[in-house]
Amino acid sequence: MKLGRPVVEMTGITVEFSGVRVLDRVDLTLRSGEIHALMGENGAGKSTLIGALTGTLPILAGEVRIYGEERTPAGVARSRAEGIATVFQETHLSPHLTVAENVMIGNEVRGTFGIDWKANRARTAEVLTRLGLGDLDPGRSLSSLSPAVKQLVAVARALVLEPRVLILDEPTSSLDAAEVQTLLRVVRGLRDRGVAILFVSHFLEQVFEIADRMTVLREGRFVGEYLADDLDHADLISKMIGEDIAALKALRSERLAHHYSASGDPTLRASALGRRGTLDPTDLELSRGEVVGFAGLHGSGRTELARLMGGAERADSGELWVDGVRVHLRSPGAALRSRIALSTENLREEGIIGGLTARENIVLALQAMRGWSRPLSRGEQSALIETYLEALHLSPRDIDRPIEELSGGTQQKILLARLLATRPHVLILDEPTRGIDIGAKLDIQRRVAQLAGDGVAVVFISSQLEEVVRLSDRIVVLKDREKIGELSNGPGVTVDTIVEMIAADLDGAPEM
Amino acid sequence: MSTLTSPSAEAAPTGIRALAKRVTPQLDTLPTAAAVVIFVGMIVYGEAAYGRIVQFNTLSNLLINNAHLVILAVGLTFVIVTGGIDLSVGAVIAISSVAGVMLINAGWNPWLAMLLMVLIGTAFGTVSGILIQYFHVQPFIATLAMMFLGRGLASMLSTEPERVPDDSPLRSLGEQLKIYDGPKVNDIVLTPGVLIAAAVVAAAFFMLHRTRTGRTVYAIGGSEQSAALMGLPVAKTKMSVYIISGSLAGLAAVVYTARLGSAQNITGIGWELDAIAATVIGGTLLTGGAGFVLGSVVGALVLGLMNVLITRDGGIPPEATTIITGGILLVFVLLQRAVLARRRE
Repeated sequence: MKLGRPVVEMTGITVEFSGVRVLDRVDLTLRSGEIHALMGENGAGKSTLIGALTGTLPILAGEVRIYGEERTPAGVARSRAEGIATVFQETHLSPHLTVAENVMIGNEVRGTFGIDWKANRARTAEVLTRLGLGDLDPGRSLSSLSPAVKQLVAVARALVLEPRVLILDEPTSSLDAAEVQTLLRVVRGLRDRGVAILFVSHFLEQVFEIADRMTVLREGRFVGEYLADDLDHADLISKMIGEDIAALKALRSERLAHHYSASGDPTLRASALGRRGTLDPTDLELSRGEVVGFAGLHGSGRTELARLMGGAERADSGELWVDGVRVHLRSPGAALRSRIALSTENLREEGIIGGLTARENIVLALQAMRGWSRPLSRGEQSALIETYLEALHLSPRDIDRPIEELSGGTQQKILLARLLATRPHVLILDEPTRGIDIGAKLDIQRRVAQLAGDGVAVVFISSQLEEVVRLSDRIVVLKDREKIGELSNGPGVTVDTIVEMIAADLDGAPEM
Repeated sequence: MSTLTSPSAEAAPTGIRALAKRVTPQLDTLPTAAAVVIFVGMIVYGEAAYGRIVQFNTLSNLLINNAHLVILAVGLTFVIVTGGIDLSVGAVIAISSVAGVMLINAGWNPWLAMLLMVLIGTAFGTVSGILIQYFHVQPFIATLAMMFLGRGLASMLSTEPERVPDDSPLRSLGEQLKIYDGPKVNDIVLTPGVLIAAAVVAAAFFMLHRTRTGRTVYAIGGSEQSAALMGLPVAKTKMSVYIISGSLAGLAAVVYTARLGSAQNITGIGWELDAIAATVIGGTLLTGGAGFVLGSVVGALVLGLMNVLITRDGGIPPEATTIITGGILLVFVLLQRAVLARRRE
């Protein structure tokens, strides 16, 4: 492999947020004509390092050299002018503006009469064509596009500058397989033209497919820089989490060994539970100590069923029984009082309260259940927090920071702790592992297995079918807003079994 | 990549399809289109019910009497599109007009006094902007404070109506110029104030749609964080919108005082709300990110025309004006919510 000329050299980068050291003497070197993956768990400091490079965050110590010249960080606009472009996630575009405006704003082509929209649209179309989006009308409003197209628009925004350094921060999380390939092809094309590329992704396959070199961070520290060819998946994961990947495999065999047999009355029983336009009437039973996975595509009804069971939405048909008592769930609060806890898939909008600290977030649900007239004492709170710090591998330094400053994985753990504090009999987890790193995933999955061991009935929903298969005792398969079948998990059940089941259900006929 | 192409994008825009595409209103423009429809509807109804609405002199007077409101609404469009609000504009008119007229009466050069009237607005806008951008005060609170400050200062200067001398150049801005001499006083009449308002609208339109600052205003309204990540000058732009709003309030004070010939500390009470109403009726989202300056002009004219119709009717008590304004506003806000809901789908 040819060693390109270093374009960006960051050495000894140290960053602190309100006294907490989030990056500690980290090095990063980007070379022209090379794709460099920045790897690490959530909270390892990847975003912070990118912020330090693009100049959005102040650096406490260390230096950044661009083409050998030392530079003080000075904001996104300045680094863009220096040829450092960042592709942020699609949510960081302006929804009301058109595609062309989102791509060009800040670098518009201007004529005598202000911004020349015709020229801007033409330039946008040119860049979009390179991304395989030649048929997208640059005049369309961004809000009318799918997340995947928006993400490609964000890429176009970076490319329009003809950057020398391109930073891609989780660019593929909303793309489907074909779109990912298009994006990777474009990225390779840029590399071959001498652009230095920094690629950040949770998808290890993509990283191994595209990266020439990797820098691994763990807990704000530099672990090492490696050639991609010198590492395999297991090496990389253990460097990232400092733990053996064997742990994940062990979990699967533990779960298989855990022999569950339904005995006694079900904890939760739904008969013909449904809501018009959302979910066809569905029957379901959950027993003590059982993990039931909901499998299905997005929009299949898996989230909808969870929301009906968790009181987030009101059913208009059917009955729900908890521990033999008929319940009417008018709100998530009512569900909590019936000992059903729901963790929603919209972590940021419906899960956490961003401005409150992690501690306050954990205490919320339990306090709400007890009522405001009986506040939890500081001592009770501390005892509660202690329990979950340990159980979920939370860092004590995070506990009094506003939750919005914490990483996604930590937020998800805190949400889980909040629900567990209410001692639910039924725990419904909708996508608890989406967008979080392997370490946090492992912690959460272990905890789920443990809870089932303690007698909680757990519903586990994930788009990652491997996770569903790994954890569940039983798998409920949904499609087109109805339950199409149930599987009892065992050594013979794999992801393919579920995929075939969904695929076989072409005519929508229930098949058991 | 089937998700990438919409049905309309697949077919080449030829003939009827292209025409249909042009005629079909986009969601963003729907509230503004509705404002235009209501405005036309009010004119048609007024003409049918009371007569003498579609006449040069009636429409001329509509423009003359609402020029200041149009200027205020243009200023608020900038602020509201960023997702902010400016409650101080009514009070700025009071302090600016009282101070200006008193200085003229004290023997200042009238042109210099007029310039100062605009600059008083600029100063208020600058302070609001600094409070909001650098001290992170909510726009509502910051401009509310400036509103009380402005009103208080105006009252300290004078609580009596201050008359402008009839021969002052300030009055000349309110002088009626007969452009076309129609039969039976059905003339086209304009004042320099109307021309100023028209120039303001044209400049604002150019700025919002054809300059980087203008587009940044929209980007901030869509999401301030995104705008910052895109490397856009968020701080500078947010300062600018409050400075623009304040300065235009100062200019509106000049135009209004020129027409009326006097200034008083109680002038402009509640006008900030009229201007906000005009902006919202004209299709600007209060949450920011979308809106049109021409819509705000239509919104201001809808409010002005409503007053004319109520006067003509004679049967509606003038007190009902605010109720009707509220009703129209409510309809438009509901319409916007419907549009937003559609967009989310």
